[in-house]
Amino acid sequence: MKTRTTRALQCSAPLVAAGLLLTACGSSGGSGSGEQAGSTSFEGRGPITYVAGKDASGVVQKVIDGWNKLHPTEKVTFVQLPTDADSQRQQMIQNAETKSDAYTVLSLDVVWTSEFAAHQWIERLPEQQFPLRNMLKPVVDTAKYRGGLYAVPASSDGGLLYYRTDLLKKAGITKPPTTWSEMTADCAKVKRLPEAKGMSCYAGQFQKYEGLTVNFAEAVDSAGGVVTDANGKPDVDTPQARQGLEFLAGAVKDGTIPREAVTYQEEDSRQAFQSGKVIFLRNWPYVYALAEKSKMAGKFTVAPLPGLNGPGSSSLGGHNLALSSFAKNRATALDFMRFFSSEDSASTFLKDASLAPPYAKLYDDASLVKQYPYLPDLKQSILHAVPRPRVVQYGDATSAIQQEAYAALTGSKSSTQALKDLQNDLQKYTAQ
Amino acid sequence: MADTTITPDTTAPDRGNAYGQSSAPLSPRRRTRARATAGSGRMAALLVSPTLLVLTIVVFYPTLMALRESLYGPKGLDPKTGFIRTTEPFVGLRNYADVFGAAGDRFWNAFGNTTFFTVVTVALETVIGVAMALIMHRAFRGRALVRAGILVPWAVPTAISALLWRWIFNSDGVANAILGHQILWTTEGFHAKVAVIVAEVWKTAPFIGLLVLAGLQVIPKEVYEAARIDGASALRQFWHITLPLVKPALLVAVLFRCLDALRMFDLPYILIGAQKNSVETLSMLAQNEASNVRFGPASAYAVLLFLYVLLMALAFVRLLGTDLVSDRDGRKASRSRHRRNPAARRAKEGRAA
Repeated sequence: MKTRTTRALQCSAPLVAAGLLLTACGSSGGSGSGEQAGSTSFEGRGPITYVAGKDASGVVQKVIDGWNKLHPTEKVTFVQLPTDADSQRQQMIQNAETKSDAYTVLSLDVVWTSEFAAHQWIERLPEQQFPLRNMLKPVVDTAKYRGGLYAVPASSDGGLLYYRTDLLKKAGITKPPTTWSEMTADCAKVKRLPEAKGMSCYAGQFQKYEGLTVNFAEAVDSAGGVVTDANGKPDVDTPQARQGLEFLAGAVKDGTIPREAVTYQEEDSRQAFQSGKVIFLRNWPYVYALAEKSKMAGKFTVAPLPGLNGPGSSSLGGHNLALSSFAKNRATALDFMRFFSSEDSASTFLKDASLAPPYAKLYDDASLVKQYPYLPDLKQSILHAVPRPRVVQYGDATSAIQQEAYAALTGSKSSTQALKDLQNDLQKYTAQ
Repeated sequence: MADTTITPDTTAPDRGNAYGQSSAPLSPRRRTRARATAGSGRMAALLVSPTLLVLTIVVFYPTLMALRESLYGPKGLDPKTGFIRTTEPFVGLRNYADVFGAAGDRFWNAFGNTTFFTVVTVALETVIGVAMALIMHRAFRGRALVRAGILVPWAVPTAISALLWRWIFNSDGVANAILGHQILWTTEGFHAKVAVIVAEVWKTAPFIGLLVLAGLQVIPKEVYEAARIDGASALRQFWHITLPLVKPALLVAVLFRCLDALRMFDLPYILIGAQKNSVETLSMLAQNEASNVRFGPASAYAVLLFLYVLLMALAFVRLLGTDLVSDRDGRKASRSRHRRNPAARRAKEGRAA
């Protein structure tokens, strides 16, 4: 008997270890973290780190090298995290939960600001030290939590409507549509052309992931509704929101949006547009350069997103710089944030990596507009943009939105029911 | 500390068998032997202690921390300051009790998916894996090429094969082209489960094939020759010779696959996507809770999954244990001795054959 239990133990030891790898990942951060997040004094000079996702273009390192040359005693080390946003967020949270000072300046996705600020993982910043007045207002708003500035906008992003100029011209349409009904009417005209055989009208990003939250919020905002009101309270169970969601759900049903669009992420929808499957496409500015290099070159251009009764609202993308609450050498960090978010740096990021700048002036710069003809439209898109719901539990809020919007799009729930359920869910995550 | 109490227990019976002595008159001898080998006992403790230390650090400590963490709830938001409270409230077993409450739907959905995937994929893999092993075992020209070909899927990292299959199951992908009918595999629904099962079986059937092949190769040829002389058909040979003799190897393979399948995470996560109810497994649920900074519920789910895996492992170990000994006449008392005494076992098997 004794030998048997020992044997069972020996056999199961590796299994226990394997099983535990899983349990282990949930076991961090037991003790209460984030005691009152330090004083608001920004002192100390010396080397710091800048933490952001992988820098594919190499331009971030270039700008940091520029800083390092000028400040040999306050060198900045670039810590590159994985490309996907979820793992970036997780690593930053882990670092904060262990109160490590390894990360100094964080590059936060605009939707994380509330969560990081509420957990006191990032420091409140002195507003007067940054040229916020020169920046686009919706962009600055993404960096605020309860009226306080917790981050500095570094780059922005807005949705654009890509459309086939060649087909529209052939169908006798000179102006891009500004409303959804204009868009569907234009589609009907275009589809009568022999070249448009088998094409669908419109596509966005409707797979069940963050992109759906973006597209859903855009539809709701473009119909005059809101996801969360000015006080951060959810308010989606409204006629306006229903009109927004019904536009998407109805369009999937009647084929205005191709059926397979419920599997589209950014790249799939770009492929669909480039291969001539859709006439109109909602996507980010990055598509412009790529489509210009494809066989679509010269056959398309961009416009602001359409809405229910006039131009629509985009969801805001982009990244903000925040200062970790557990960081050292904060005087250097503050200087670096000013340098990194300056107009000069933003202009470099725009020129070398086509990152949308937060500064209004750059969108009107003639030489830049020549390089990126979509800039004026992008400026309009960002000015009309509404931030995605600003809630502390953003992860839960976005899951709830994806859950209900997807149910409505795939027809397993009516829009009315989906919005009612969504309102209930969102209230749970914002109440507390 | 712990090692000194364990060593006498584990070493005493071993020694008894090693010297081929009967363990019947235990009590008087044990004392004398203990005195004689006190030095070697200390030596053993010394040698074992690094292992125990490592196990303590990498296994026992994280488990205890996870258990402790699972008793705490998420930190709440203080509506006055707008900041998250600094301490986690102690909630006792509420995270576990919640599984049976209103919020348990998601847990039971994940539990059901995990179990469904495990049962279906392992069953399919076993059948296909054994078939692969039989093919690989045959002697024919180009056998090395076939073996290599079959093993390729197992060599591909799961994340990569998930990406590969996502491409196949794309709306314009190969799968739909072959079927001639557009199925949106990566949307919610039963088809998403099918996609995961196909990709998982493709990836891991070679593993079972590999282990079974190893089992096949130790079966002596004479057994088959004898069967052939007796006029047994190929099917009878497979059923009465091959299958019983590879059973130990096959069971090990199936055990490993079951435990792996219960912990399935990356394949459905990448192939179908996070937040998809149709394919969410317990690992995905725990990860999702943890990434939303609710470490308490996440730990509770992980602990429950761990218990599930442990239960499965113990069930199999018992199954394997009885089978490896294969004591048909039911002499339970001598079971452990036979296992530890290869000579005796060989003699017995010889008799049986």
